[in-house]
Parts: sequence; structure tokens; C-alpha cells
Amino acid sequence: MKSLAELKAIRDKARADLDLRKEKPNAARVLVGMATCGIAAGARPVLNAFVEEISKRGLTEDITVTQTGCIGICQFEPVVEVEIPGQEKVTYVKVAPEMVPKIVNDHLVNKNVVTEYTIGAMDDMKE
Amino acid sequence: MRELSLNVMDVAQNSVRADARLITITVTESERSDSLTISIADDGCGMTAEQVSQVIDPFFTTRTTRKVGLGVPLFKLSAEQTGGSFSIESEPGKGTTTTARYVKSHVDMTPLGDINSTITILIRCNPDIDFVFIRSNDEHSFTLDTRELRQVLEDVSLDNPDVLEWIGSYLEEQTQLLYGGAKL
Repeated sequence: MKSLAELKAIRDKARADLDLRKEKPNAARVLVGMATCGIAAGARPVLNAFVEEISKRGLTEDITVTQTGCIGICQFEPVVEVEIPGQEKVTYVKVAPEMVPKIVNDHLVNKNVVTEYTIGAMDDMKE
Repeated sequence: MRELSLNVMDVAQNSVRADARLITITVTESERSDSLTISIADDGCGMTAEQVSQVIDPFFTTRTTRKVGLGVPLFKLSAEQTGGSFSIESEPGKGTTTTARYVKSHVDMTPLGDINSTITILIRCNPDIDFVFIRSNDEHSFTLDTRELRQVLEDVSLDNPDVLEWIGSYLEEQTQLLYGGAKL
């Protein structure tokens, strides 16, 4: 059973961790579009996939996953924006949970944008 | 929407944007009365009667990125298509309560889906807002109140990964106690 005592232990551990590293101002951010359009297109499993992949790799201190609203390209949802400090923001479109490990590995860890998943690649396809 | 829990995630974000400090999500299921009721209550900025009538119009939105606002209309439709009902009570400065009532056995009933995932994501993405989640059936009920967790956590944020994992496991455990059956 999950108890509040357990939560207290988590608190103490979190405090100890914080003393070790302090806040990381350079954390990368993953923003998942979670307005009506994003949710309907399947943004929730995508967000969960990011959280899972990042925690599996022990990167929870370096990358934060959060939601954002609709940025006006509803036809390309689920949309995910990746922000790495000092680099240009990258917008991934029509993201599926299966694509997430590659984005985390190539882009967030090794800093190589997964070009074929970006909105730029989508535009090329249309031409 | 494939799951009602997705409608909840969507509509709860209206509360977030209304600057709510406390959002209460209640899911009440009853086999006896063949009903499911979902309510989302907040203490945000609220709406005037005129605004309330506008939000159920799919072609009304306050946002500028697109011309339609489908969150509330889809939620309303999901309830009404089961022969249920939908209501919004709101007062400027006080907050808004959105309630959807469903007839569970209706052929057009959408499954509730993974409501626990919705609650966890809402907390993860809005760690400064308090959430109360109450789920009940004919026999039992359970409550998750982030204000209680905050008392224990003191200066540690709700979006700490270990805390979120605790919340996820707590919800899973409680749901299983409520409904029994095998662990999914």
C-alpha cells in the first residue's frame, strides 16, 4: 500500500538530491501540445512515452516534459516541441509513441535533430 | 475523443487557464442507477451567463491560434448522446463547475478510459495548482488531495519524478481496491 510515510521518504531523498546538484538551469524541455486537437490526435500516450523513456535513461533531472496549448497547426498533431538551451527550437509533427525513443536518443541525448519527423520534412513531402 | 478521460484532461485545462488554484474532479459511477457522472469544479475566474452560453458553441473561442473551440462542445455531446445531460454553473470571480451525466448502458457510451493517467498528467504539468480527485462507485470511494500531499512534501514539488510515481501507483492501487480484478 502506498503510504504517506513513503511520501515522506521521497521528500527527504528529493531534498538530499537537491543539495547535491541544485536546480539545473540548462534543462532541456519537451513540450507536448495538449489542447483539444492534440489530445484527440493521441498526445497523451506520446507524453507518457517521453516520461517513460526519459526516466528509463535516468535523465529526469536534465529534461523536463510538460504540456503546451494549441500552436495552430492542428492538422499536424500530436505536435512536440523540443527546446535545448542554446539551440533553435525544433517542432516534431504527427508524433507517435514509437517515435519517442529515437527523438530522445538522437536529439535530446546526442543533439542530432531527427529531421524526418520535423515539420520541415512534412512541408517537403507536400511539394 | 476515444475516452472520456481525454475530455476531462481537455476541459480541466480550461480551469487551468482560468487561473484556478484548486480543481476538483469527481467521477461517480453507479451500477444501480446505470449512471456515470463526471464533474470538474474550479475556483478560477468564472464566466458570465452570456459567456457560458458561448462556450457550448463550437465556433466560439477566446483563443487566437484557431477559430474553433471544441473542448466543451465535445464533452457535452459525449454525455447527451447517451441520453444523459450536461450543465455548466459559473459565476465571475467564484469559479466554474462543469458536470456531465451519462447513461452507462447506452450504446453510444464512450468508455471512461485511463482517468488515472489524466490526473497524473494534470498534476505533472501544473504542479502549482491543487487537485482533488474523487472516484466512487455504489460501494466505495477514494480521494486524492494534493493539498494533503503538499503538507507531507513541504518544500518538495509535486512534479518531482518520485512523487509522480507515488501518485500514479496510489491511484492504480485505489482503483483496483474500488473495482477489484486483476492488475492491468
